[in-house]
Parts: sequence; structure tokens; C-alpha cells
Amino acid sequence: MTTDVAVLGVGMHPWGKWGRSFVEYGTVAARAALTDAGVDWRDVGSIVGADTVRGGYPGYVAGATFARALGRQGARVTSVYAACASGAQAVAAARAQILAGLAEVVLVVGADAAPKGFFRPAGGDRPDDPDWLRFRLLGATNPAYFGLYARRRMAVHGDTPEDFARVKVKNAALGALNPYARYRNRITSEEVAASAVVADPLRLLDICATSDGGAALVLSSIAFAQRQGVARPVRIRSVSTVSPRFPNTELDMPDIATDSAVAVEPATEAFRASIARTAYEEAGLGPEDLSLAEVYDLSTAMELQWYEDLGLCADGEAAKLLREGATAPGGRIPVNTSGGLASFGEAVPAQAIAQLCELTWQLRGAAGERQVTGARAGITANQGLFGHGSAVVVVR
Amino acid sequence: MPAVAGWFTGEEDGFRLLGTRCQACASVFFPREDDHCRNPHCAGGVLEEVPLSRYGRVWSYTDSRYRPPSPYVSNPDLPWVPYTLIAVELEAERIVVLGQAAPGVTTADLAVGMEVEVIPGVLQKDPEAALTTLTTWNWRPRR
Ligand SMILES: [Zn+2]
Repeated sequence: MTTDVAVLGVGMHPWGKWGRSFVEYGTVAARAALTDAGVDWRDVGSIVGADTVRGGYPGYVAGATFARALGRQGARVTSVYAACASGAQAVAAARAQILAGLAEVVLVVGADAAPKGFFRPAGGDRPDDPDWLRFRLLGATNPAYFGLYARRRMAVHGDTPEDFARVKVKNAALGALNPYARYRNRITSEEVAASAVVADPLRLLDICATSDGGAALVLSSIAFAQRQGVARPVRIRSVSTVSPRFPNTELDMPDIATDSAVAVEPATEAFRASIARTAYEEAGLGPEDLSLAEVYDLSTAMELQWYEDLGLCADGEAAKLLREGATAPGGRIPVNTSGGLASFGEAVPAQAIAQLCELTWQLRGAAGERQVTGARAGITANQGLFGHGSAVVVVR
Repeated sequence: MPAVAGWFTGEEDGFRLLGTRCQACASVFFPREDDHCRNPHCAGGVLEEVPLSRYGRVWSYTDSRYRPPSPYVSNPDLPWVPYTLIAVELEAERIVVLGQAAPGVTTADLAVGMEVEVIPGVLQKDPEAALTTLTTWNWRPRR
């Protein structure tokens, strides 16, 4: 049995700070994806929404919200929340429905209107909520965790702030070529070094901003794509949504402490690496087969971590891989050709979907100046708060 | 008044973080887990309160150069004074625990692997009302 589903259409709303509702961003992206797929909304059998939790009550029922905005036509509806992995879980739900024969065409939508500044928990006193506790007791923002990981890499692997800045320079140059990116200007390493420290050793230009944005996909069975006249569609071959294994010994957002390893020896494979391995195994390919990757660069240092977790290089060799130019355009394995979160900023439920938009354009050979020559296979990698894994392998 | 109930106890040299330990598999939990052992290989034992080690080694550290949002409590009328965060590896418990550094400890004072100790700290002090002073734990380089 094939596990492939076709990516028939992709669409985005440009990312930025537009001051409008997430519903509008998602609807614009959805209409663009339907147009790209050549599918009438009335013929879509199922809609899956990736939820935002900052849009108020409607955000909790994103699938229904987008269905209403597009004009209710009786489609099956699903809403999913998995923090930054919401988009990937929405894709997983859509794919499962297609493979199970419950729907032939599914629309997947994620959109958000993010607040300015640090992400923070919703209001109210909730001392039983780990996310609330880390802010209340420690003031530990997301960048504080990114700073801890970055410092740890410096101590263990010898990475330098200059290495981190190189990631920003690379991604900004790519974002400058992407009409959907929020930031379209090139950045120099001197500019990174001159930006204010947010969480030592990371500076403002090492850390992704919060954004508004939307992204959407039309997924279908391979048979449906072929009836549509798409003989060789871009295909989703695997979706990894694995969770960590006990004991998780790497301090992870939003936790204040790791699991204890007193009783059970930790797996030699870290959580992020297990996300990638699961995606490779299900797809039947490995890092050596990839043409490109879209990874979750919440911080510049985090992108380097993903190189190792995706198996693009050995542990500790990410900075070397970067310095060699292997992850830049023209290199062996370009990473974040979209410009990454460095250029887009975070619009949480849309991120994992936006990564797939970029891979689809690349695999179609339609990525314009960002095009990776002869792109045939790509992976997305991402991770959601509270231990949500996310990686998707796409092939053509 | 403790900023959170049941996470630490004692004063001065006797100050300790409090976790819980599963009597069946010896897994330690911080923050305390009082419902059920989270080790998937364990059928579940009684969870007993245990003090955590006083000393540990720095796993990593950072600071907060911008004022964190609520529910962190700070006075917006006062200039922001960055504080340092330290993640500390406790050898006996094989756990890493995050905490604020003692006031005055900056990232320049720290290195990964350095020995630190847990001490009582103040999270939030209201000079108008002594009763609302919230206490917490801090890490500082071992003397
Ligand atoms: Zn146990």
C-alpha cells in the first residue's frame, strides 16, 4: 500500500504585521491553494484547520472558522492544536483521511495574528500549567531557552556567535528573494553583532520575530491528482509526529527541569533526532537522498542543531557544515531556502504548512531565484511545545 | 511567602529544593509529581517527598535583557535590571533544574561545568506590604 498523498495546491498570505484577523490570512491562503490546485471549494470533502490559541474562541475551532469564511458546504471538519507542530498534525490528519478513503481532497489551513513581543501564556492564574509556571517563577521567555541551547552548543561543540550570525546572513539573503517573507532585506554579520543582546549569547537578529501570516495546502489521493491531469504530483511520503521518550534529558520548553535518568538509561538518540529518523524510515529514504530541508530556525543556533538531528552531518559538526557552504544555495543540502523563520517570523499554526509550501514550489521547479537545481526530495523539521514532534518528507 | 507551594524548604544552609521519588523505580521528579510515576516502564509506586542535592554543575546559562511578560511580575515604573538564568545538572538525581541566579551573578561569572549551590531567593518584593514578598530558589557559584 502506498502512503503517498499528492500536494495538489499550495497558497500563502504574505507574512508581516498586518493587524488583521487570522481568519482573513487563512482564507486568502486557502483560496490561493484551491486556485493553484484547480479545485473548486465545493468539491473539497474535508477541511482541517491548525488552531491558534491567541485568536480568542474562534481560534480553538480553526477548521470550522475557515469553513464558514469560505462558505459552508458540508465538508468534514477537523481542528488540531499542537503548538508549533499544529500544521504538521493538520497535515497528518488530512493524510490519514485520504489514505483511509474518508476523503479524496482535503484543504489544510493554518493562520495566526501573533501579538507583538514575547509569546506569553493566556491570562489568569494557572499554577498547574507548566507554561504559566516558567513565566511566573523564572520569567523564562522562549528566547531564554534559545539562549540556553546556544550557550550549551558553544561549550560542547565550540560554536561561536559568528557561526550563529552566518545562519542569519544565509537565511536573510534567501528571504530577500521570497515575496511572501516579512523581512526582505539582506543582513550582514556586522549587523547581527551590532544588534542588542536579548538572551546571552543571542542577539535580536539571532532570534525570530512574531508575525501574522497564513499558509494552506490542498492534498488529495494520487488517483484524484491523476484524474485532475497531474501525472507527476509532488507527494507527501511520510509525516512524523512522534513524542519524546522517558527520560527526556534535554531541557525543553516549557519545562523547568528535565526527566531524571536515575531509573532508566536515556536513549542514545535525542528527541529531535527521533522525529527525523521516524520520517526517514516511513519514507524509505535517508538524509543522503535529500535535495533540501526546511528547518525550524527559532534561533540561528537552533538551525545548526537541526543539521545534526537531521543527520546532515555528525554531532558537533553543524558549524563546519555551514562554514563550508553546504547548507547555502548551490551547496550539497541547502537549508531554509524560503528564508526560514528568520525571514518570516512566527505565525505558529501556519509555520509547518509554510515549510511544505516552499518544498512544493522547489520540487515543482517553481521557486524562482531560490530554486535548488533538480530538487527531488525534501524534509521539513519542526517541534511543538510540550513534546510535539513534526517532520514531513516530500518527494517528486 | 513561597512563590509556589511545596517546591522548596528550609533556610540558609538548610535550604533545599523538594521533589518526589517513586518508591518502585527511584525516578525523581521536579517539579514534584504527586499523582503517578511518569516512567512508562514502571507500574507505579508511592511518590515520596525528597530534598534535592544542594550542589550541582552548570549545564547552561543565559540572561534576560528585556522585561519578561506577565505572569512574571515586575514593576514597569522601575528600570529593568536583567537577571541570569542557570540550568543546573544534579549528579545524584540525574536531572537538570532551571532557576534564576542569585542577584548580582551575571553570565560573565559563569561557565558550563562550574559548581553551583541552591540558596533561598526573593522573586518579588513589595516594599509597601511585607506579606506579599514571594520567595523562590536561586543558584549561585559555590563558595
Ligand atoms: Zn516509578
